[in-house]
Amino acid sequence: MKQFISFVKKEFHHIFRDKRTMIILLAMPVVQIIIFGFALTNEVKNSKIAVWDQSKDEASASLLSQLDASRYFEIVKPVFSTAEMEAEFKKGKIRMAVVIPPKFQEELVHFNKAQVQFIADASDPNVANTLTTYASSVVQDYQSRITGEKKMPYAISTRVRMLYNPELKGAYNFVPGVMAMVLLLVCTMMTAITVVRERETGTMEIMLVSPAKPFRIVIAKAVPYFLLSAVNIASILLLSVYVLDVPVNGSLALLVGESLLFTLVSLALGLFISTKVATQQTALFISLVGLLLPTVMLSGFMFPIENMPPPLQAVSHAVPARWFYNIVRSVMIKGTGLEVVWKDTLILVGMFLFFGGLAIKNFKIRLS
Amino acid sequence: MVDKVIIADKLTKRFGDFTAVDGISFDVSQGEIFGFLGANGAGKTTAMRMLSGLSMPTSGKAMVAGYDVYKENEKIKRNIGYMSQKFSLYEDLTVRENIRFYAGIYGKSNAFIKEKTELVLKQLHLTSEADKLVKSLPLGWKQKLAFSVAIFHEPKLVFLDEPTGGVDPVTRREFWNLIYEAAAEGITVFVTTHYMDEAEYCNRVSIMVDGRIDALDTPAQLKKTFAAQSMDEVFLKLARKAVRGE
Amino acid sequence: MRVLRFLLQKEFRQIFRDPSILRLIFIMPVIQLVFLPFAADYEVRNIKLALLDRDHSAYSRALVNKITASGYFMLTANCVSFQEARAAIETDKADIILDIPPAFEKEIVKETEATLSMSVNAINGVKAGLGSAYLQRIIMDFNQDIRTEWIQFPRFDQDTRIAVTFSNWFNTSMNYKVFMVPGILVLLLTMIGANLTAINIVREKEIGTIEQINVTPVQKSHFILGKLIPFWILGLLVFTLGLGIARLFYGIIPAGSLVTLYAFAAVYLLAVLGLGLLISTYAENQQQAMLISFFLMMIFILMGGLYTSIDSMPDWAKAITKANPVSYFIDVIRMLVLKGSGFGDIGYQLGIITGFALVLNGWAVLNYHKRS
Repeated sequence: MKQFISFVKKEFHHIFRDKRTMIILLAMPVVQIIIFGFALTNEVKNSKIAVWDQSKDEASASLLSQLDASRYFEIVKPVFSTAEMEAEFKKGKIRMAVVIPPKFQEELVHFNKAQVQFIADASDPNVANTLTTYASSVVQDYQSRITGEKKMPYAISTRVRMLYNPELKGAYNFVPGVMAMVLLLVCTMMTAITVVRERETGTMEIMLVSPAKPFRIVIAKAVPYFLLSAVNIASILLLSVYVLDVPVNGSLALLVGESLLFTLVSLALGLFISTKVATQQTALFISLVGLLLPTVMLSGFMFPIENMPPPLQAVSHAVPARWFYNIVRSVMIKGTGLEVVWKDTLILVGMFLFFGGLAIKNFKIRLS
Repeated sequence: MVDKVIIADKLTKRFGDFTAVDGISFDVSQGEIFGFLGANGAGKTTAMRMLSGLSMPTSGKAMVAGYDVYKENEKIKRNIGYMSQKFSLYEDLTVRENIRFYAGIYGKSNAFIKEKTELVLKQLHLTSEADKLVKSLPLGWKQKLAFSVAIFHEPKLVFLDEPTGGVDPVTRREFWNLIYEAAAEGITVFVTTHYMDEAEYCNRVSIMVDGRIDALDTPAQLKKTFAAQSMDEVFLKLARKAVRGE
Repeated sequence: MRVLRFLLQKEFRQIFRDPSILRLIFIMPVIQLVFLPFAADYEVRNIKLALLDRDHSAYSRALVNKITASGYFMLTANCVSFQEARAAIETDKADIILDIPPAFEKEIVKETEATLSMSVNAINGVKAGLGSAYLQRIIMDFNQDIRTEWIQFPRFDQDTRIAVTFSNWFNTSMNYKVFMVPGILVLLLTMIGANLTAINIVREKEIGTIEQINVTPVQKSHFILGKLIPFWILGLLVFTLGLGIARLFYGIIPAGSLVTLYAFAAVYLLAVLGLGLLISTYAENQQQAMLISFFLMMIFILMGGLYTSIDSMPDWAKAITKANPVSYFIDVIRMLVLKGSGFGDIGYQLGIITGFALVLNGWAVLNYHKRS
């Protein structure tokens, strides 16, 4: 044990001596959680739209002003032909165009019927879809305003309650997601690269000839990163609560415990990668280029997992961040407890044992 | 004065409050083997890096191969060779590829490179290893190869920073033979070392203590001045005064 | 020029001598491009609905049938109490609770007014917003059905109706992969390009070979070109491979000119490689280089406009995206691949990226000191 502690101490010396790395390591999650927490939302707001108003009457003007007033749209430009509209789309200046045919008001008044056309730039179909849905609900509002006080018989009204996030803030979704990403990638990359580095420079051999148990040496390399991650978890949670106003509705102890568990999974994954690669460069490519996008895309915080085709859903089961994201969302925002997240927790424990076990096994093979 | 390859005058390097090299003055003549001795941290490597254009002096003057270290450092580089403490050939290139690469970036012609490569390989007994990766060679061979690469472009002067660290006595001997051969061809050798027996091989020796040159003379004269039996004793007498540790 | 040739020869030799890294550079984009685009389906479908039907009437059943027939909703829980429904949301078995009050049918018929309530899991705001909008639309349709059933002969349609028609241009089939595949390719290209140069040079720093180069008369610009050119070629190969996959697996054929696309990619790669160079001049070891690059990549990727819309960001965040090369390429690739925009349309973006390339590489050259 004493030996182990002296190895851990040595690792700390390494880390503390490299001030720059330390600063980046501790400041990075702070900066990222703030930027992403405020900036990211999968809502589609302030989309620029062009208007081709062929009526130019009171009714069309009133509908358009209602569109402009909504937080989703910003009318930037009147256009006067299809060609002009297309040119604006091609330059990427607008996301949607509204076409109001001639005699809009006349038809509305005399026949109670009128037409509006929305043309969306479907080169990003997700945005296009969201925009047209929003646009049609603006039209619906407008419509019911005209209908006005005329009370309709046989009416069904709906009351909508938004649970957990009544203001529909992006941070509620992205804080758990970014937390998962930062913890996973930092821990995995750092452990993988430090272990491989010792091997590259040959200092690993020096330690291996010491009487210490080989695997203890490797574990000792992970300990400082575990503690640094604990600091990062604390700073992320403090920022979420006090700066981003994302509450911790469930048990704080459980949340911290789960985060530490997830850190362990990441460290084990890093150690596992380190046993498989020969150079720091390869370690970096696998842990950064190989993990970043799959984590963003398959953990569920960016794209709903239930929409994915079944084979990809199956793949997403292997993404540790998926389970952690689920846990954080449940514990932090929904305020549920272990009775809800026990399954996810067990899976993380399983992943920890799996990667840890493989790392030990590979490490022994490498030695013999 | 034409044959002075290095002239240093009160050359100084400070890093913040720390004076690594404290106003050293000396000169080195053409064809000389000049030993640059000192304990760890005495400032040897820093001094050498200033002379070879890797580090900007804080104050003082120095001319190397007839050029000013402040303004003409790129011209200096054309005329010197340098072998650093860290082994710095490409381990993932072969022996031949390393030679070709370094000769190439000094602008040597293909014919020259081709001819001289064979010569060097023969001299080092590396002909059969020429197409092996450098990382597969034993340390001693690597060091000899690094030296040959450093003087391949036939510089006026070569800087060697502890070239024989970690090498067995036999290889060290061989290494010094290479140095003598180079000196015989008129290349000035500026060498730092820890080994006092190596100091005896030098024409002149300077001993640095805490950033200053405390002694500079031929080995024989130094032993006389300090009433010592060996260079080892000379060194210990001087180095004991040092306040800087490692 | 001769010196540059030797530098290039050496770089290429080293690149091909380490097949593990070379393999990664090509295999990783292939795997990710083949799999990941399928994940990017953001259309809100398969919304899980917990039903709390306290009425059990013909109308309530008809409403539920209409909802499930719409294709947007899956009935995943049939609950008897609100607690139970709430638990379904907590365990992610449901996204929306539809609460049909007792006497729903009676109230419509007798009092001609009834109220439904829905509770939506709003952690993901968009999913919540769209889901509840869909549900409301269906309820409104249902309402209309009932009205026509009861008001047999309307004198004249009192209900004002504005018919809304939609067109989706540039991607009429609303195939999100057409957008995602080239977008992901841009992200991969960025990560690979920046890390290749950054790590490569820092590695030479760590090993000490860079000092050996610094003591030679090699010019800074030659040394840097010697690093840029090989990785630039590798980058363009990866890009070509990516476009090949887009065509083979997804049938994506750029609507615009391929020459324009390559011209932009070529300049973009210079910018990205320049960023790598710049990182390498600041980092002392590979670990630092990796952390800096990770930090930047996260910001570039999440704020590049591929995953979330830049328009929706607050102004200060929009300002950040102006300094994000990824956002320009995402824009351009969308224009060139999907909209068939021409060279003139991307002039602005090309100008900016050229600026990035010049500034980043220039800064890197200035910050690379042969002498400390």
